[in-house]
Amino acid sequence: MSGDSGGIHVDQPESFEFTPENLVRAKALIAKYPEGRQASAVLPLLYLVQEQHDNWVPRVAMDYVGAMLDMAPIRVYEVATFYTMFNLKPVGPYFLQVCTTTPCWLRGSDAVLDACRSKLGIDIDERTADGKFTIVEVECLGGCVNAPILRVNDDNYEDLDGPRTLALLEALERGEKPPRGPTIDRQNSAPVGGPTTLTTLRFDGGGDAA
Amino acid sequence: MLRDEDRIFTNLYGLHDPGLAGALKRGDWSGTKDLILKGRDWLVEEVKNSGLRGRGGAGFGTGLKWSFMPKPGSGRPHYLVVNADESEPGTCKDREIIRHDPHKLVEGCLLASVAMDVHTCYIYIRGEYYNEAQRLQAAIDEAYAAGLIGPDACGSGYAFDLYLHRGAGAYICGEESALLESLEGRKGQPRMKPPFPAGAGLYGCPTTVNNVESISVVPTILRRGSAWFAALGKPKNVGTKIFCISGHVNKPCSVEEELGIPLKELIETYAGGVRGGWDNLLAIIPGGSSVPMIPKSICETVTMDFDALREVRSGLGTAAVIVMDKSTDIIKAIARLSRFYKHESCGQCTPCREGTGWVWRMMERMVKGNAAVEEIDLLLEVTQQMEGHTICALADAAAWPVQGLIRHFRPEMEARIHQYRDAAQRRVAAE
Repeated sequence: MSGDSGGIHVDQPESFEFTPENLVRAKALIAKYPEGRQASAVLPLLYLVQEQHDNWVPRVAMDYVGAMLDMAPIRVYEVATFYTMFNLKPVGPYFLQVCTTTPCWLRGSDAVLDACRSKLGIDIDERTADGKFTIVEVECLGGCVNAPILRVNDDNYEDLDGPRTLALLEALERGEKPPRGPTIDRQNSAPVGGPTTLTTLRFDGGGDAA
Repeated sequence: MLRDEDRIFTNLYGLHDPGLAGALKRGDWSGTKDLILKGRDWLVEEVKNSGLRGRGGAGFGTGLKWSFMPKPGSGRPHYLVVNADESEPGTCKDREIIRHDPHKLVEGCLLASVAMDVHTCYIYIRGEYYNEAQRLQAAIDEAYAAGLIGPDACGSGYAFDLYLHRGAGAYICGEESALLESLEGRKGQPRMKPPFPAGAGLYGCPTTVNNVESISVVPTILRRGSAWFAALGKPKNVGTKIFCISGHVNKPCSVEEELGIPLKELIETYAGGVRGGWDNLLAIIPGGSSVPMIPKSICETVTMDFDALREVRSGLGTAAVIVMDKSTDIIKAIARLSRFYKHESCGQCTPCREGTGWVWRMMERMVKGNAAVEEIDLLLEVTQQMEGHTICALADAAAWPVQGLIRHFRPEMEARIHQYRDAAQRRVAAE
């Protein structure tokens, strides 16, 4: 991919700082940890960077976070490169994460991945020419009874197959945001056809789709 | 079969309000102050008596683990860290608790903390559980606003703070000492033991790390009594458990049942049976990706508990049941797990860093059959060299699925190798 030079993305911005609003949030995050233990806030602050900076973490921002937490820059680089959820180069506003670990694979993750490839004309770790979509392959997302799963940014789309993946991608292209969760008629992790347990208990109050 | 009245997670499927109002209707936060005032020793003893074994995979007695914490007055703060880094392939039980019954977890954190003289608790949740974290944070905020936690938790005079901390995509952080490293702001690389966390854990202070499910069942155990919990399940394998049934079943789902339920009954009663019928079953991984698979012959009779599954050289693990029918390329299914462990090895110990790569590459050749039959024994030997030779159990977890494959499906691996050779010979002959 262009813009990539072995490890570090080459088109790095010159500077980074939190917006005034995010600076307030950063201070609240740091305050969750005991005095002198502010390095604990490194993951939360890197998330905040990513949220502010188009879903990727540039190197100057790592330096900025390090200065804020009194950490040597290398300690922040270590963390930013160790954890897979920090993007170290730009990704599309639709960041597609296809789980292919065994539980998803058994339920047809190949078809999900193929649908992404054929619809978008790109492969894993590539970005569409219009910049909108990036596909990555991820390990188990922790929703295995709703496999296979395609995660779009922070939302899981579950119980997919090839055609439903295509329909989802088309909806995203139209600028829609379909509700997250199962793409078949099913309530969260309950079996298809409705729960077979917890049916004799009555509570007031409405449910929801998490 | 477990009665609905004995189910702890009454909002498992999210059909009811997960917020405080709904939680109160389901009986959460009922009499919590009285439980707190019964004091530390009573709480530990009651959880010990319940026979609760940790629900994160190892199955160590929860009450006993709590009793390892120093007595109050050591001068150092004590910490409870809840492991919500659920990442074991096949496992999605904590997710249901967090997003649908978060107040059971929040209340459990408070009661467990009182039992260990903890005033600050962190919940470490996997980064991918973004929406789940939002839900849990909302529950924490509600609990603070209602005075259930905070400087005077439930009006008991006990000060208790609870913070949520998001991980960022590293399976290894589910290992307790890697989790602590990560929480301190470093790479998630496991620590040498001893010292154990109860002596020197988070920030060098006495710490207990417990799984979400272990903590979330505590309030109900304390309210209904240890005898109630201990009467469910089988001796030494008591209580209820959330099972996640995935793979080739007609109706994948999560369900709470008694420990010790027969595996076949679990699948046929709750998951709509194996796709194509029970006789179409090939093998099952009964406790998340790290435990060795068991073939159909064992699945017929084995029960879902710590001891029965250990007797058949597998394990209950996280009780994530991954079902594979006869259409499964079983070698490929395990090779994909080998790739998972290679990806997730933290790289600290040589036998794991190198071994997971070797095993994965050999497994990829085994999928094609591009290997010598003797290499199956070499592969087995590599896994045995990894096992027990590293700081943490990730290397063991990488070794066991492959060992299970070789133990139960060696003829299939050999047949694949012969097929590959025959095809190669035919290609040569045709030229």
